Amino acid sequence: MTSTEWLIWVRGPGLQLSLGIFILGMTYRIMQTYFLGRAKNLAEPRGSQWLHGMKTIWWRSFFHPGMTIRGYFTIISGYTFHLGFIITLLFLDQHIELFRSWTGLSWPALPPIVITITAVLGIAALVAVLVDRFADPVRYLLSDYQDYLCWVLTVLPLVTGLLLVYKMWLPYTSLLVVHIISFEILLVAIPFTKLSHVFTIFIARWYNGAIAGYKGVQS
Amino acid sequence: MSVSLERGIQTLKEHIDAPVASFFTTCVHCGMCADACLFYTETKDPKYTPIYKLKPLRRLWHQEYTFWGKLAAKLGFSKPLTAEELKEWEPLVYDSCTMCGRCSMTCPVGNDIVYMIRKMREGMVAAGFAPEGLKSATERAITIGSPMGVKFPALKNQIKHVEADIGLKIPVDVRGAEYMALLSSMEIMNFPEYIGAIAKIFDQADIRWTLASDAFEATNSGIQIGSSDLAAELVERVVAAAERLKVNYVISPECGHAYTALRWEGPNLIGRPYPFKVIHILELLDQLRSQDKLPVTGKIKERLTFHDPCQIVRRGGVIEEPRRLLEMVAEDFAEMEDHGIMNWCCGGGGGVSTNERAATLKLTAFNRKRHQLEALGVNTLVTVCANCRITLEEGLEFNNMDVAVLGLAETLAEHLAEQSPAPTTTQTH
Ligand code: SF4
Ligand code: SF4
Repeated sequence: MTSTEWLIWVRGPGLQLSLGIFILGMTYRIMQTYFLGRAKNLAEPRGSQWLHGMKTIWWRSFFHPGMTIRGYFTIISGYTFHLGFIITLLFLDQHIELFRSWTGLSWPALPPIVITITAVLGIAALVAVLVDRFADPVRYLLSDYQDYLCWVLTVLPLVTGLLLVYKMWLPYTSLLVVHIISFEILLVAIPFTKLSHVFTIFIARWYNGAIAGYKGVQS
Repeated sequence: MSVSLERGIQTLKEHIDAPVASFFTTCVHCGMCADACLFYTETKDPKYTPIYKLKPLRRLWHQEYTFWGKLAAKLGFSKPLTAEELKEWEPLVYDSCTMCGRCSMTCPVGNDIVYMIRKMREGMVAAGFAPEGLKSATERAITIGSPMGVKFPALKNQIKHVEADIGLKIPVDVRGAEYMALLSSMEIMNFPEYIGAIAKIFDQADIRWTLASDAFEATNSGIQIGSSDLAAELVERVVAAAERLKVNYVISPECGHAYTALRWEGPNLIGRPYPFKVIHILELLDQLRSQDKLPVTGKIKERLTFHDPCQIVRRGGVIEEPRRLLEMVAEDFAEMEDHGIMNWCCGGGGGVSTNERAATLKLTAFNRKRHQLEALGVNTLVTVCANCRITLEEGLEFNNMDVAVLGLAETLAEHLAEQSPAPTTTQTH
C-alpha cells in the first residue's frame, strides 16, 4: 500500500473501527462496573446521596484545603496536559474540518500559533509528570506498566501532530498516517486501560460523594 | 491453596462491588492520598500511601474484571494472590490504618479508599491474617461481651461508685424507657465519670433512660477486625436488648467506631432496619441545648481546642453539635488548623490501639496531633471518644506535653446549672 492508500484507510475504515471499539468498549466497561451493583443501605439516611454525589463530582475538580506541593503539582500538571490535549484536539482547523466532513457540524478554529502553544504545553506537562513519576518515591512505588504505556499513548498524537504542523521528520502523508494511527490506538486503548478514568472519574466521584452524603457529610 | 486462603480470596471477590471497581479503574496513581494519611506524613515511607495498602485487592480486581487481567489468567500468566502476600500486607491494612477516612476526602478522582480498606479487612480476617491484639479483643467481645473483658458485675461496681458520687440512681433494665444508653468498656474502666455526667444531665432534663445489663457495650471489635459475621452478632445483642426494653432510642456513647458500628453499619450487618433510632450522645445533648434543657453555668477561661474523632465527625456526620456544645462552656475555643471533616486522627482508631504490634507506629503517627497542638499552643483538649482520649493521653505523656484531655459530656455536666444559667466565669483547669 502506498502512503496515500494508507491515509485513505486510516481516515475512513480505520477511524470508524477505532471509534466503534472505543464506544462499545467503554459502554461495556461502564455497564460492567454498574452491574456489579452495591448493597442497599438499610441505615436511616441523614442526607441525600444524589445531591452529594453530584457536588463531589464538581468539588473534586479543584484544589482542596491542606494540599501539599505534590497535590498542587498533580492538579496543575494534570489540568495542563488534559486541557492542552483537548484544546488541540477540538480547535485545530484540520480536526474541525475532518469532523465537518463527517457530520456537517463545525465551529471556529483557534489560530495555529495558539494550538502550537497548547500542544507544547501539553507535552511539557506530560514530560514533567513522567519525570516526577520516577523522582517521587510515592508515585514510583504506585506506578505500573500501564502508567507508562498510557503516557506514551497520550503523548504520541501530540508529538506527531506538532511534527506535522512544522513538516518535520517524515514526508507529510506518511507522518499524517502515523499521526492518525497514534490517535486511533489511543482511542482503542481507552476502554482497555486505565485511560478509561476519563469517564469513570465521574462514577468514582459520585460514589464517594453519595457514600458520604448518605451520612450527611460533604466530601 | 489452603482453605483459609481460598476463603479469604472468595470474601475479597464478594466485596468487589460497583464503587470498588470504579475506584480501582479510576486511580491514576498520583499519590495525593499519601499526603492525607498521618502514617505517611509522619514517616515519609511510601508504603504507607493509602491506595498502596490495597494492592492485593487491586490485583484481584485486575485479574477478575479487566480485559488484560482476564486474558493473562486465561493464558496462565497471572500470579494468583498468595498467603505470603496477604501476610506481608497485614501490617499495612491493620497497623498503619486507623480507618480515619481522611484519604477518601482528598483523592482527586474521588476514590473512597477507606471504604475499600474496610472491605479488604474482611478478606484478610477470612484468610486468617489479622493482628493478635484485635483477634483476642474480638474473641473477648463475643465470649464475654466486651473487648476488654468487662462483665456486668464490673459495671455494677462502677455504677455503685458513681451513684455514691452524684447522689442519683443509675437506671438499669428499665422497661419502657425512652432511651437505652450504651457505653464503651474504656469508659467503664477508665472514664466512669461519663456515666455520672449523662445521669446528671438526663436527670435535670427529665429524660427517661436506662442501661441494659445484657447489652451495655457499644464498641464492636468485629467491625475493626473486619468480620461482618461477628460484628452482626454484637449488633444483634444491642438490638435484642433494645427490643426487650422497648426503647425508642439507643444512645451511642462518646466512642467513635461504636457510632459507625451502630448507626451506619448495624442495620446492614443484621440485614434489617432497626425498630428504634440510634442517636449519638452529642446529638441528644445538642437537642437538649436547643430546647433549653441543658442550662450551664460558668465558662472555662483557658484557651482550649477540640479533637474531632474521625468516626463521629468525618465518617459519622456529627460535626457542628460538639462545637455548639463546647461554645456553651468555653470562653476561648480555638480550632486546630485542620479540623472538622478534615481533622487528623489521634493515631489509635480502627483497632490500632488494640494492636500491640502497632504501638510504636501509633506514637509516631501521634506526632501529627502534637504538631497541631503545638501550633495552637493550648493546654486543654476536649474530645468525645474514650479511645481517642486514651491515645491522646498516651501520646501527650510520651512527648512530655502538659495538655489536659477532657470529655465533652463530663465538661458539660460539671457546668450544669441547677436552675437557670448564671453568667459567671470560673477557673476549672
Ligand atoms: S489520590 Fe486517588 S488517584 Fe491518586 S493514587 Fe491515591 S487513590 Fe489513586
Ligand atoms: S483511612 Fe486514614 S489511616 Fe487509613 S489510609 Fe486513609 S488516611 Fe491513612
